[in-house]
Amino acid sequence: MTIVPTVREVPIRTDMDIVGVRQAVREVAVSVGFSLVDQTKVVTAASELARNTLKHGGGGTAEIELEERADSTALRLVFRDEGPGIGDVELALRDGYSSSGGLGLGLSGARRLADEFDLRTAEGEGTTVTVAFVNRDPAAR
Amino acid sequence: MTVTAQDVRDELAEFLRERRPDILRAWSEANVLSHVDPADTEQESAELLAGVVQAIRDGAEGDSGHEGFSAARSVLGTVVSGSRDGARPDLAALKPPLLRLWTEHRRSAGPDGLTEHAVDGAVALSTAVDTLRAVLLELEVDAGLETIRAQREQLTELSTPVIKLWDGVLAIPLIGTLDSMRSQAATENLLEQIVAQQARVAILDITGVPAVDTMVAQHLLKTAMAARLMGAECIISGIRPQIAQTMVQLGIDLGEVATRATLADALGYALRTTGMAVVSDQHS
Amino acid sequence: MSATAVIELDGVLLVTIQGELTDQDAIALQHDLTTQVASVGARGVLIDISALEIVDSFLARTLHDIAGSTSLLAAETVVVGMRPEVAITLVELGLTLPGLRTALSVADGLALFGGSIAAPSEGA
Repeated sequence: MTIVPTVREVPIRTDMDIVGVRQAVREVAVSVGFSLVDQTKVVTAASELARNTLKHGGGGTAEIELEERADSTALRLVFRDEGPGIGDVELALRDGYSSSGGLGLGLSGARRLADEFDLRTAEGEGTTVTVAFVNRDPAAR
Repeated sequence: MTVTAQDVRDELAEFLRERRPDILRAWSEANVLSHVDPADTEQESAELLAGVVQAIRDGAEGDSGHEGFSAARSVLGTVVSGSRDGARPDLAALKPPLLRLWTEHRRSAGPDGLTEHAVDGAVALSTAVDTLRAVLLELEVDAGLETIRAQREQLTELSTPVIKLWDGVLAIPLIGTLDSMRSQAATENLLEQIVAQQARVAILDITGVPAVDTMVAQHLLKTAMAARLMGAECIISGIRPQIAQTMVQLGIDLGEVATRATLADALGYALRTTGMAVVSDQHS
Repeated sequence: MSATAVIELDGVLLVTIQGELTDQDAIALQHDLTTQVASVGARGVLIDISALEIVDSFLARTLHDIAGSTSLLAAETVVVGMRPEVAITLVELGLTLPGLRTALSVADGLALFGGSIAAPSEGA
């Protein structure tokens, strides 16, 4: 029933690519009618996760997907890298834990902003972070 | 010789063409679409029938997405939007005359007329009418959701007005139960007005809020923090004594956010903050 | 630093961020501002971010660090013009930046530095 086409795939290799991810995510969020606040949340989460992919995963890709649900549209972002993986997931999700000099809110902050969050990682096997944002339909509540 | 579905369909098509005037008359008499002007009823019945003919010819009488039903969809759409009083047309009434005419048609075809053909045909006709009913139901559900959405949006907007109390001082009187959608709308509305009116102080008045739980308190706090990031200050006013007590019991701490018992106190504080003073001229 | 412009107004550095900043741009901004505060002996820094559509944790940290380092040089930093949706998102992200001074507009921000340049702004 739900078709999940990848709308965009953006490589993350350099600093500039983080900006590229933000812009691509913004375009898709606008195209499916996200409110300004929701657009800002999606783009901010994308920026955090893209930076993680670059700095901890040594680069990777961001996939932007759209999923039609019964009463809503979900915008899903999948960040994939083949870096060293995260050893202690619980620690990495804790506020204030940073191994790269941000405010340590990359993962935990993106999780707070998103409606759905999924993290798959193992030491030495890379990391895949998936976040979804649901375009809230007032009548569907 | 076996009867193929195609045979049945050809025969149905022929029946629908031949008996078109009878069908339309019977449908108009069934008074399902109940228009003031009979000509409208006839016109709409004709469009519904044309859709049925097309769908049956393509063997798609059960597919509400078939193009035959899209013409019917627009006719039924006007029916739905016209029936604001809640009266809903019962399309099932289209079925008996159709089946009666079909049976007559088969009977007149000779002694073998009332065999398999007749049953298969009746099933197809019945399915087509059922599909029309399904299309109508879909349209009604959509229209209902649309109405709910519009009303909800109106309610959300109405219930969170931002009031200018003074140059640079805004107030938002929060009234009733704050669900997450209403409180989000209130926050967004207030912050936008802070920018639009360059307001340095915004008062969140909760006099009309029956209960403050952890969620509501959390939300008030977040609004105040967002306003501060923008360069404005938030004051929370209208905290009734029993609400103050519950908040303490729940361990809710509003931190650095200024609070006042009444809106008047909050306005006084806001005016002082913006460098203004209210002086009575009685004593001068 | 193409995305930012800095002008000096009576001892206050007015920094306007005009577009998307890469992390490198943000780091360069921090470096250049600290250097400039020292070289002109500025008493304040106003950073106008009203053009910014997002502020993520990296940029928030940069702003926080700029404020910290300029204050060591006796210049206060005020962040000006944060958009409502950006403020909501930062709070949601868990970043309330408690030590950072903020102002609604450049005029309000300048008024914080003694008002020798701008009259207190009037409400709309």
